[in-house]
Amino acid sequence: MKTNNVILETATRILLFIILVFAIDIFFAGHYYPGGGFIGGLIFAGALVLLLITYDIKTVAKFLPFNYLVVIAVGLLFAVGTGIGGLLFGKAFLTHWFTYVDFPILGKLSLHTAVLFDIGVVLVVIGTAMAIIQTIGESD
Amino acid sequence: MVDTFLYIALFAISIAMSGLIYRVVKGPSVPDRVIALDGLGINLVAVVALLSILLRTSVFLDIILLIGILAFIGTVAFAKYLEKGEIIKRDRNL
Repeated sequence: MKTNNVILETATRILLFIILVFAIDIFFAGHYYPGGGFIGGLIFAGALVLLLITYDIKTVAKFLPFNYLVVIAVGLLFAVGTGIGGLLFGKAFLTHWFTYVDFPILGKLSLHTAVLFDIGVVLVVIGTAMAIIQTIGESD
Repeated sequence: MVDTFLYIALFAISIAMSGLIYRVVKGPSVPDRVIALDGLGINLVAVVALLSILLRTSVFLDIILLIGILAFIGTVAFAKYLEKGEIIKRDRNL
């Protein structure tokens, strides 16, 4: 008998975006409040796991056609790239800079190169968690 | 004065949590235990909220939403395991 889980699918369609926005908020709040790359990436991977539970591996792979091993590699490239950026300007490895920029709507923001390092952490965490879960889920 | 009420509320929640732990240990069927664990997660949300009032800090408020999301995903995963026999299907149309 084919079961029909329409309630779970409808709830997932709404909850997915709330969880993703929460993950992005935790990620960008990491410099001044609790949060950061690790927990933001884990919540993001949790949203993708909810998608995997509700649908199946083939549908999610069609919706997000990423090879998660490449995602890990790009994340490590971001982390090493910000370190080499310090070397290019004659400072020590992993030297970071920041500046204040006035945006039209958002106001005065501090742009920091540590965010680029954190993006690398996020990509590595998402790639590792999803690679583990997909590899375990696909094996019969 | 406020702290007294918070301690009373924490005591009541701890009694409710010990009742849920009794159901987790004793529960005759697996769905009983899953429902009790879900209730434990929601009670944990209440404990974190009361503690963050007690400690006069707002840095734990992200934890509340996080526990809610994790309890939901965990319960859905366990319910799907009990219903279909596997958590992540390769193709749901088969």
